[in-house]
Amino acid sequence: MTLHTLNQGPANRSGLESCQRALQAGDTLLLIEDGVYWSLPGLPCGLELPPQVQLCALEADLQARGIASLAQPVDDAGFVDLCLCHERIVSWF
Amino acid sequence: MSGKSFLIISRSAPYGSSAARDALDVALTCAVFEQPVTLLFMDDGVLQLLAGQDPQPIGQKNLNAVQQSLPLYDIERLCVCRASLDARGLETQQLLLPVEAVAAEAIAQLIAEHDVVLSI
Amino acid sequence: MLFSIVVHAAPVQNQGADTALRFARAVLAAGHGIYRVFFYRDGIHNGSALSSLPPDEANIPAQWQALAAEHGLDLVVCIAAAVRRGMLNAEEAQRYDRSSSNLAPGFELSGLGQLVDACLQSDRVITFGGRS
Repeated sequence: MTLHTLNQGPANRSGLESCQRALQAGDTLLLIEDGVYWSLPGLPCGLELPPQVQLCALEADLQARGIASLAQPVDDAGFVDLCLCHERIVSWF
Repeated sequence: MSGKSFLIISRSAPYGSSAARDALDVALTCAVFEQPVTLLFMDDGVLQLLAGQDPQPIGQKNLNAVQQSLPLYDIERLCVCRASLDARGLETQQLLLPVEAVAAEAIAQLIAEHDVVLSI
Repeated sequence: MLFSIVVHAAPVQNQGADTALRFARAVLAAGHGIYRVFFYRDGIHNGSALSSLPPDEANIPAQWQALAAEHGLDLVVCIAAAVRRGMLNAEEAQRYDRSSSNLAPGFELSGLGQLVDACLQSDRVITFGGRS
C-alpha cells in the first residue's frame, strides 16, 4: 500500500494524470498545497480514482484556499499517521 | 546496513531544467551504494531518452553519454510509461537504450515492488 | 518510526519548504524520530544564513535551525547542488576562492550518498517538491 501526495493543481493536469495512473486499491491519495483544488466539488474533468482508493486533503491547505472539499480532511498529525500506515510514499509534484 | 530497492521517477524533459540530470545523479549514487535501482521515465521524462541529442549549442552536457553509462553501473532496469510515449507519438525503437515499456495498469505494481520511491 | 525528509522546494517561491517544516514538526510531536532532512535541487536555499524577511513573515531557514537545535536534527544540504547555486560554507568558500560563505549554522554540506544512506536507515522517506 502506497501513500501518494499531489501538490499540483488544475494548471498542471499531467501531475494528476500520472498520479491517477499510479494508484491501486489500498492506496491513499493525499492532496496537499495546490493539489487540494482537485477536490473542488464542481470541478469538471476532475478526479477519477480507482475503487478502494481513499481520498484525503490537507486541512491547512483547504482552509488557506477557502475550499469546501469532497475529500476527507487530514491535519498534519493525520498526515504523519497516513505515512505510518502505508509502506512507502510517492510524491507527485 | 540492510539493502533496499529504489525506484526513481523522472518526469521532466532534458535541458529545460536540471531535473533529468539530477535524477540520473541520484540513480548513479544508489548504484555506487550497491542498491538495486530502477528508473521510471514518465510524462516529458520519456524525452530524455531520445537519441541524437546535441546540447553543445546551449552549453550543456550531453545526457545521452550519462545514460549510456547506466548499464556499466548495473542500472539495467529502465522503464518508460507507455501512455507517455503514446501521448508524444514515440515508440521504444526511437529511444537510445533498450527499455521496458510499462502499461498504465502496471505502473502501480512497479511502485509496489520497490521499497523506496524518489521523484525528481 | 524513523523518518527522513527530502526537500526540493525553495523557501518563499514554493510552499513545499513550509509544508516540509510543518510535517517535520508533526513527526516529532507524535514522538517519532527524524534521521535526516536532505535538501536537494533548489531546496538548498533552505540553508541560507542570509534570508531576511519582514517580522510578520516566516523565515524558513531560521525555523529549520531552531527545530534542529531543539531536537538535534541532521540537516544535510547536497554539496553539488549547493555550490552550483552559490550556497557555500567556510570550507567551500576557501576551496573556490570566494570572499564569503552563507550556509547557516546547523546545516552541513555533504554528498548525495547521504540521501541514499537516509533512505536505507529510515522507515519512511518523503519528498517535498517544488515544480520540475
